[in-house]
Amino acid sequence: MATYDWGFNALGLREWCDAGTSEAPMSMADLLAQTGNAVEEPFYAIPFPSLDALNEACGQITQTRDVVKSLEEGFLAIRPALRTILDPITQPLSWMLDGTLYLFTQAPWFLIMAMLLLVTWYATRSVSVMLFNAFCLSFFAFVDHFEPAMETLAVILVCTVISAIFGIPIGIAMSKSNRLQRMVIPVLDLLQTLPTFVYLIPLIFLFPIGESRLYGIAITLYAIVPIIRLTDLGIRLVDQDVIEAGNAFGMNARQKLSKVELPLALPNIMAGLNQTIMMSLAMVVIASMVTAPGLGVLVLRGIRNLELGVGLMAGICIVLLAVMLDRTSKAALSRIDRAKSKTS
Amino acid sequence: MLKNTPKVKLRGLFKIFGTDDKSVLPHVQNGMSKEELLEKHKHVLGLQSIDVDMQAGEITVVMGLSGSGKSTLIRHLNRLIEPTAGEIVVDGEDVTQLSQADLRTLRQEKMSMVFQKFALLPHRTVQQNAAMSLDVRGMDKETQDTEARKWLERVGLGGYEDHYPSQLSGGMQQRVGIARALTANTDIMLMDEAFSALDPLIRTDMQDLLLELQLELKKTIIFITHDLDEALKLADHLVILKDGAVVQQGEPQGILLNPADPYIEDFVSDINRARVLRIRSITNPLKSKKFAGDVEADDNLESLIALSEGDTALTYRVMSDGEPIGELNMRDLVKALVPRISSTQAA
Repeated sequence: MATYDWGFNALGLREWCDAGTSEAPMSMADLLAQTGNAVEEPFYAIPFPSLDALNEACGQITQTRDVVKSLEEGFLAIRPALRTILDPITQPLSWMLDGTLYLFTQAPWFLIMAMLLLVTWYATRSVSVMLFNAFCLSFFAFVDHFEPAMETLAVILVCTVISAIFGIPIGIAMSKSNRLQRMVIPVLDLLQTLPTFVYLIPLIFLFPIGESRLYGIAITLYAIVPIIRLTDLGIRLVDQDVIEAGNAFGMNARQKLSKVELPLALPNIMAGLNQTIMMSLAMVVIASMVTAPGLGVLVLRGIRNLELGVGLMAGICIVLLAVMLDRTSKAALSRIDRAKSKTS
Repeated sequence: MLKNTPKVKLRGLFKIFGTDDKSVLPHVQNGMSKEELLEKHKHVLGLQSIDVDMQAGEITVVMGLSGSGKSTLIRHLNRLIEPTAGEIVVDGEDVTQLSQADLRTLRQEKMSMVFQKFALLPHRTVQQNAAMSLDVRGMDKETQDTEARKWLERVGLGGYEDHYPSQLSGGMQQRVGIARALTANTDIMLMDEAFSALDPLIRTDMQDLLLELQLELKKTIIFITHDLDEALKLADHLVILKDGAVVQQGEPQGILLNPADPYIEDFVSDINRARVLRIRSITNPLKSKKFAGDVEADDNLESLIALSEGDTALTYRVMSDGEPIGELNMRDLVKALVPRISSTQAA
């Protein structure tokens, strides 16, 4: 006798329920119940009317395991269609990631160091940031973590560039249309609040493990949010008086964007870029679970095999890398602030 | 006075702010007040039934307190704000009928604007800011530079070309704003409270600069202000707005001597009449034979009081272009200095 029998009896559905009693394998609970030792249950043990509990009372109700199965089957059914569309679109991402990884791992260390320091100088014009970066890079090399660190950096670089390429235009479009903004913001909220593991699951099914775009997409989806948000915000915050002046002198929409809105929103967009870089770094560590190379792999090894030292050393390198990226992008941002937004 | 067709002509201009402005327009045309409209239909009355002619080469000053609709009015001329009803005719062409592309051409080539808060581009140098209008039109770099340099020099900013706006004081920033408008080389200049954000001394400097430029350039200037002294100093034609409607317009001296309603009397009662009124405005026909001396018709009363050393018994002959045009007794002058207040007379 199941808990909710009375409900179906009262509704006069008993006959319909029993008609379809399936021959499906019994659950563990059923087997236990059949052993005969039916104990009088206390009243507070009454189960929630879940699918499984209702199924006990009426065979016509599906069990939760069937729902889970049909979710999986549904997903597998649309997978070929999704892959036909997504495969060619995302293929360039794999090439970019593989190419950059190849460049960062195969080029001689002194060349990469020189190149990175040059980029630092160009972006920040700050001696202290450059010295700090030189120290970090030397530290990575000194403790023989240079290659994984460079792999991580390469992945971050590619994902940040992709995020900027897509994120800035989306942000601009959002700032121009309140309707689009209302539609995109829930998506951004979703991307930001979903636990990062959760969107690894569908991605694993969509793309073969071992292809670099798998983690590329996971990282980009996570990291693209701040740059979209801050581009939108930055353009919306541009001084309306200056935009009016643009209108009064007959600027068209394109001129207003390139001559007024983007330059004045640049500090905000750069702040978004800084956040995007930091979030890529956070995600590239987690994405090592789906074959993202770099320092994350060492952290994962530390966790899996309880190799404390390996994990800690990789952790220290990640922290240094994070500080490095943050300092550099912040210094670049403040340089732009100083040069560009000399507002009164 | 209206011998030639006006450069800018406003006819029956209405502006109602709200989502459904066209449908509440008839109420306003039937005389519904601003308060009633807001209460019953949740629409804000911006402008009502504006008819103004702005002559070429003159400074038309639109004056009113905040909320009177003066900034709304000036933004209708280049359609930064769309009118609810009415005509805006510039050089015989109805601006309200223009397509977006034609409207941009009009803004680029016929009208330039100077803003209260300067509205300069903070990331561009002074020279690039001044050249903005030419840059928008797609002129070559060389023309941009020479034109911008010329006008910056003209407004007294030679040597500041490579500074950024934030490095300049408010007065200098507004000079850049004026240079930007002049570089556009348009017939019409719209000035929206252009000097209101500046301190009094700088403001006087800027007014003098504008009058000096105007003497030479003869632009059609539409100037918005809430300051009566400024309005009287600059205006060839003065329009006084209240609650979105024109309460009086005409030659400023005429408004000062014959205010049309208590609102304007209130306005004019506080100013220094001796400095603003010109001798011409209170000249009587020639009667006397003996004069204490000759005075110029365009001098203000203050200078005449100084000349007479306060002696009210004297009579002066008023000259204009070397011809006598009338006489002025000092007693009439003193009478003209007393503001006419209808409310106190009635009491």
